[in-house]
Amino acid sequence: MQVPAQVEYEKATSIEHALTLLARYGSAARVLAGGHSLIPMMKLRLAQPEVLIDINGITDLCYINLTGAQLRIGTLTRHAQLLQSQIVGEHFAILHDAERVIADPIVRNWGTVGGSLCQADPSEDLSAAFAAMKGTMVIHGPDGSREVSAREFHTGPYETVVGPAEMLTEINLPIRPGGGSGYQKVSRRTGDWPVGAAGAAVWLSGDTIADAGIGLTAVGAIHFAAAEAEEYLRGRAATQETLATAGEIAAKSCRPVTDQRGPADYKRHLARELTTRALRLAVTRARGQAA
Amino acid sequence: MIDHRQEHHEGGPYGAIPRKEDARFVRGQGTFVDDISLPGMLHGAILRSPLAHARIISVDATAALAHPKVEAVLTGADLAERGLAWMPTLSGDVQAVLATDKVRFQGQELAFVVARDRYAARDALELIAVEYEPLPPLVDAKTALAEDAPLVRDDLPGRTGNRIFDWTAGDKTATDAVFSTADVTVSCDMIYPRSHPAPLETCGIVAAWDDVTGRLTLWSTSQAPHAHRTMYALITRLPEHKIRIVSPDLGGGFGNKVPVYPGYLCAIAASIVTRRPVKWVEDRSENLMSTTFARDYHMHGEIAATADGRILGLRAGVLADHGAFNATAQPARYPAGFFHIFTGSYDLEAAFCEVTGVYTNKAPGGVAYSCSFRVTEAVYLVERLVDMLARKLGMDPAQLRMRNLLRPEQFPYTCATGWQYDSGDYPRALALAMDIAGYDELRREQAERRSRGEYMGIGISFFTEGVGAGPRAHMDILGLAMVDGADLRVHPTGKVVLAVSVQTQGQGHETTFAQIVAHELGLTPDDVEVVHGDTDRTPFGLGTYGSRSTPVSGAAAVMAARKVRDRARLVAAAMLELSPDDLEWADGKWRVRGDPDRGAGIAEIAMAAHSSLELPDGVESHLDASAVYNPPNLTFPFGAYICVTDVDPATGEVKVRRFIAVDDCGVRINPMIVEGQVHRGLADGVGMALMQAIVFDESGNCLGGSFMDYLLPTALECPSPELGATVTPSPHHPIGAKGIGESATVGSPPAVVNSVVDALAPFGVTHADMPLTPANVWRAIQGRPVRPDLALS
Amino acid sequence: MKVTVTVNNAEYVRDVEPRLLLIHLLRDELGLTGSHWGCDTSNCGACVVWLDETPVKSCTVLAVMADGRRVMTVEGLGSRAGLDPVQQGFTQCHGLQCGFCTPGMMLTARWLLDHNPDPSAAEVREAISGQICRCTGYENIVRAVLWAAKNGGTG
Repeated sequence: MQVPAQVEYEKATSIEHALTLLARYGSAARVLAGGHSLIPMMKLRLAQPEVLIDINGITDLCYINLTGAQLRIGTLTRHAQLLQSQIVGEHFAILHDAERVIADPIVRNWGTVGGSLCQADPSEDLSAAFAAMKGTMVIHGPDGSREVSAREFHTGPYETVVGPAEMLTEINLPIRPGGGSGYQKVSRRTGDWPVGAAGAAVWLSGDTIADAGIGLTAVGAIHFAAAEAEEYLRGRAATQETLATAGEIAAKSCRPVTDQRGPADYKRHLARELTTRALRLAVTRARGQAA
Repeated sequence: MIDHRQEHHEGGPYGAIPRKEDARFVRGQGTFVDDISLPGMLHGAILRSPLAHARIISVDATAALAHPKVEAVLTGADLAERGLAWMPTLSGDVQAVLATDKVRFQGQELAFVVARDRYAARDALELIAVEYEPLPPLVDAKTALAEDAPLVRDDLPGRTGNRIFDWTAGDKTATDAVFSTADVTVSCDMIYPRSHPAPLETCGIVAAWDDVTGRLTLWSTSQAPHAHRTMYALITRLPEHKIRIVSPDLGGGFGNKVPVYPGYLCAIAASIVTRRPVKWVEDRSENLMSTTFARDYHMHGEIAATADGRILGLRAGVLADHGAFNATAQPARYPAGFFHIFTGSYDLEAAFCEVTGVYTNKAPGGVAYSCSFRVTEAVYLVERLVDMLARKLGMDPAQLRMRNLLRPEQFPYTCATGWQYDSGDYPRALALAMDIAGYDELRREQAERRSRGEYMGIGISFFTEGVGAGPRAHMDILGLAMVDGADLRVHPTGKVVLAVSVQTQGQGHETTFAQIVAHELGLTPDDVEVVHGDTDRTPFGLGTYGSRSTPVSGAAAVMAARKVRDRARLVAAAMLELSPDDLEWADGKWRVRGDPDRGAGIAEIAMAAHSSLELPDGVESHLDASAVYNPPNLTFPFGAYICVTDVDPATGEVKVRRFIAVDDCGVRINPMIVEGQVHRGLADGVGMALMQAIVFDESGNCLGGSFMDYLLPTALECPSPELGATVTPSPHHPIGAKGIGESATVGSPPAVVNSVVDALAPFGVTHADMPLTPANVWRAIQGRPVRPDLALS
Repeated sequence: MKVTVTVNNAEYVRDVEPRLLLIHLLRDELGLTGSHWGCDTSNCGACVVWLDETPVKSCTVLAVMADGRRVMTVEGLGSRAGLDPVQQGFTQCHGLQCGFCTPGMMLTARWLLDHNPDPSAAEVREAISGQICRCTGYENIVRAVLWAAKNGGTG
């Protein structure tokens, strides 16, 4: 088995401690949470940080809290915890749909939500899910905390707005009335990265789509979102035709690349097909019907 | 519904008993190569080429040697000084141990670092500086014979092209005649993509050279320890009696652990140089990128028939991609293995095939992964063609097969390319499979679903295997006959030790061989200890692959046991002061004819044979016996498989709903173990048909170098198999057993592919190549199939 | 650096490099070779052990991350008195062939039965879906776990 290069190690005991360490080491350091994105990269020597800052001891960062009309997820929350959480399942079915098909049950035991988002893989399922839900990322740094929309969080493959002396601490999602969501993914095999995947959220007012969120991953969608398709749906009735049209618009707006998982034309087709299916699922749930 | 006949061997130790070897494995007490730790042991790591084809300008290990934990570095030049830079392959070619002039595939071995721990060894690889002059790589086998194709093997004197061999079988004239007059012919180009056996334990070795005794002891992942020992003796010029190979527990083999790999020789050389034990265990990426792959056959197949569905003939042309060195393992006379069994399970008037092997800039190999020496490729071709013929004729594929399957009265049957199939009742097996599947009901369901825009497929595969290589008269590997020995030692208390030359990698030999001997000698399997894997303690043989353990070593064990039994008769006669003719073997004892209460079992006789009992002239003391079995023929297991799939044409996703498998492997020694072998092969079929392929890009980069991209099926992709069995014993095997290890891997991929193509029939799809990933299925539906073996940008 | 890990109820203190993987701590430092490794990319699950009562892929965890925590390996299943029902189930139902994936499979099975004493076959398959077996085709592994559930499942 391949093994990492030499690295130094610090164990953070609090958020402040972690930030101090990050300030000291800067870009030579990487935050170590579950490690299930970072350690595989280190074993292949594609990532060679000089220092690891282990935050697993900061149990304060592991939570799923419902406060008012917000769901707040601590960055150290394990994927398995998100999947097991009843509150999450009740309000954000999309997250359960997505978690069920992320990696495998054992990896989900230790990998964290924050770790996956900060890894910023262009095929990351949670990036699309949080983009669809229009979540907000809370980032802590030397000057306090700041909030960034989930849709502004990623700046490119494996790149986020989190600076070298900063740390993602929380993701929060607004709970709005009339909502329903869902996630649809195609992969070559269980647990594989998606060939294409779409997450959708709708907020209905009667039969009209008051607002929609569409997240896409693995197909080169800017900021993991299909903004044009969302714009199209706003104010329209939720019918088979409008949902299908939204799928077409989403497909046109993404920029898939041919790779081992599939050719670009297929991925573009998936963007359309899965967006439509995710929207249908979201609408069904928003209407309170059995999915 | 399940026809479990044990016609010849009722009762006795045959049967579904739990395995003796499990006791250590469930406690985590197995001993695999990487578990072995010796005092002073060093760790080796291999530097591998990132390029598929390049001249080596220089290799500088100075910085690596300066690493505080590095004890030695071997380069191609170092090995060349000792005449060890090249080694023979099992196909009579040579392969580089460490590259000297050129690198010829991505991942080829360049240097071997030896360090105090595995992490330091890995670090030191980065300190070796190699200068390359890149050369254009030959990646597409289809271009290998073009005039301007890069020359892969310029190391071989006088070589001007990439052709390795041309081989034919069958009667070309008769076959051409059949095709030219047939009512209907169907042809198809199909690829059996390159895949990899990927046993869960990678390959490795601990080499321990003892300067004082001049002995080399090796613990290695070898399916053929005796053959390896002979090869090492020839390569290193160390005498065989100074080399001991111990194959401890192996974490799977599937043919991946048959060849001798450069890493093994490097570890041996390093141990001799450092005078310390050296361990080398490869990474998964090394395993997938450099060890023996499987398949990579580009096939053009044709089938000829009458208008009413009688199959007349088959014709095939094959381009075989062997990679950079010809290192396939198969009997020497058959460079394309047993591919000419592509005549399948049908009565043909004529058949002809030609196979051309070529070099490319890819890893060497080709024969592995439970292929029974290319029977996987042969069965895939014929079963796809039969399905395509059924479609063309508008006939149900089960009916078409039933019409053409060989009939029991035709056995032994000599097929159009010369194989003599030993026994079989084919129609009965197909009927049983159809019964278990509820075939007619499935077709009704399919029609009903189609009318609702849902697409399910029903795929059949009927296969004839040829295993248990093989008769000395026409089979050898590197001149070594494929015969296997068994030594039986009977202790004074009647307990038995059976030493066999084959090497289990999970097939349960410690149990099944004990059952075989126990059955012959009236003992219980607990009375029989099976020893294997240690060249110091076992007789010579060519190892485990090609499902040969039961047909060959099992037969040797039977012959040795019967020799023991025959000797025991003479001793018993002396004990009872009777003539041997007064005794008959009944209920596990030598009993007096007409007076069955008088007699003696093996335990009693063994004690007597060790005592001072007066024995007749010519009868030696003790009961020990040996046998070397030269099989008179291959054995021919067969089966009928049916696979049901559901396909979502909008996404191309395939779900395997059901897998029905009826197998006939002759007498079934341990049905539980037999079924376990079938379960595995069905999973292989799902994997190969839907997701497994080692793909390259135009630069020769191997894109299947990890389990992230070389995908293996999990428990969620494999359905719960529905098994049935028939038993038609092999007429020439001493207990009628045929072997089962590879049957399901051979028979299952065509069933899955036939099923998916069947599902897609309404879209006009007549063929689609494996692996049928969602993308590949969708593109097939669009009429724009992708080429699955080469990632062309 | 120093790590203190309790493995199978015994405490070990070792001085290790931060990059040392937990699987190598267990196998190479502590001699507990019952856990195996089979890939480079966290896919195969041959290395599954319990970390604080949770199955993890120990090839993807650093030994230093286990500092102060508890680990259980296959060597901690069952006792001198007898095999765990999961171990018995694997033997009774031919749930193993080469034995290489088996320790990881059994530890996941044990965890599953502790949390879901009467799982369906589908739930068993889902639970082991992150672990590869090359020998059994999974059917007998599933049967082994269901056997254990019926025969003294909670060990």
